[in-house]
Amino acid sequence: MGAKLVQVTIDGAPVVVPRGTSVAAALLSTGLSRFRDSVSGTPRGPLCGMGTCFECVVTVDGQAWVRSCLVECVDGLEVETHERAP
Amino acid sequence: MAAAGAAAESGRSVVLVDRRPHLGGNVWYPVAGGPPVAEAMASLRRLERPNVRVVTGAEVLDHPRASTLLVGAGGTAWETGFGQLVLATGARERFLPFPGWTLPNVTGAGGLQLLAKAGLSMKGRSVVVAGSGPLLLAVAAYLREQGADIRLVAEQSPNWRVWRLAVGLVRERDRLQQALDLRRQLRGVPYRYGCWVVRAEGDGKVEKVVLRSGRREWTEDCDFLACGFHLLPNLELAELLGCRIRAGFVAVDEFQGTSLPGTYAAGEPVGIGGLELARLEGEIAGLAATDQRPRAAALFVERRRLARFRGALDRAFPLNPQLRGMVTPETIVCRCEDVRAEAVASYRSGREARLQTRCGMGRCQGRVCGPATEFLWGWNPRGVRPPIVPATVEQLVLRDLSNEASTAGLER
Repeated sequence: MGAKLVQVTIDGAPVVVPRGTSVAAALLSTGLSRFRDSVSGTPRGPLCGMGTCFECVVTVDGQAWVRSCLVECVDGLEVETHERAP
Repeated sequence: MAAAGAAAESGRSVVLVDRRPHLGGNVWYPVAGGPPVAEAMASLRRLERPNVRVVTGAEVLDHPRASTLLVGAGGTAWETGFGQLVLATGARERFLPFPGWTLPNVTGAGGLQLLAKAGLSMKGRSVVVAGSGPLLLAVAAYLREQGADIRLVAEQSPNWRVWRLAVGLVRERDRLQQALDLRRQLRGVPYRYGCWVVRAEGDGKVEKVVLRSGRREWTEDCDFLACGFHLLPNLELAELLGCRIRAGFVAVDEFQGTSLPGTYAAGEPVGIGGLELARLEGEIAGLAATDQRPRAAALFVERRRLARFRGALDRAFPLNPQLRGMVTPETIVCRCEDVRAEAVASYRSGREARLQTRCGMGRCQGRVCGPATEFLWGWNPRGVRPPIVPATVEQLVLRDLSNEASTAGLER
């Protein structure tokens, strides 16, 4: 159908998703479930889906600690996963 | 939305701040790239007035001084002054720890539904839905409609409690009908009462889930485990402002007024009661906040009717104390700081544990582990400190600059 597509970059690779897809959903859709590593190095991905738990944080356009469930994909958006907690 | 719409009819200037990129809250949130949901259209149209400013993707960070909020969005922040304030901060899911709950693809129940709405395709994905509350059915039905293979719905509450709720709903046909419709949509999906997740296992992400019902334990393979234990009110802002909290909810009078003058609260922060009640309370709060009290009072009867459901829900889904047994000594309790149960179980209070182990000191500020440790060890989850959402240094500098400006103004 007429869903408009946008292209984003996830860890350097181009990914095309329908406009309005959240960054979290886009990452999961590519089969990626490890969004970041916790303070003790265990893999983490989205939990609450609504901006409360901070498990799904990634770097978006150079801004660290962005909750990927709260941001929508737009053309040219650059996402980097695997942030480590400070 | 209801509060802002009602308040706008007074002609006063209204600012609506919402955390997510679109309005609608968790129930009416639009599907990715799609139009607003049909039910929300009337409420959205009501906001299309010159005296209403809608700010999405923004959150209240702090309450730097009287009648002022610090609002943050995307690395920036600004102050918003107000005469009256309506808190409609909604609810979140309660999460309880069990071995493997930190694995990727273990999400909330509503959490997975939100991710699906946000564009995650569920086609062909196998999902175990577990936890507690009426949300489980709604989530399972939605995910199935989206093509998911729902392996099982595991409700921790025993069947007699849930059935008693159903019987109590006989007077409220719409709600009963909703529940029956959901069950029909889930035909063929096992729905088990008194059943819960013992642990989740997988290499790098969840691959299987061990469940228990009575003495029986078995394993289900799945791509996702969607697990949440009913809902909890988001009270951080109310607490920051100093609103009186009673029995875990914001205390309000008949006009939805909190203990603070000019400050109102509506929806789940006042009591978990669902969409219709939340909308009506929002309407009352918005009217009362803008000198339209007679119109607000005309809605009291309807609110009383809808509020009957509130108590019934609490009685139907109390947490089974046996759920505490899910936690092993090695189970992570605080996900932000990776604090394990064995490291904190000996402390007498959350405060003590926080100081010694950083439990609850991470980015979520105890929103996840606070309610969990309350259930596990009876620790008080209350107590907030600004900023109530992690903020960047730049955002806080903006706050401090404006504080200095106001102080300087006073000295002059």
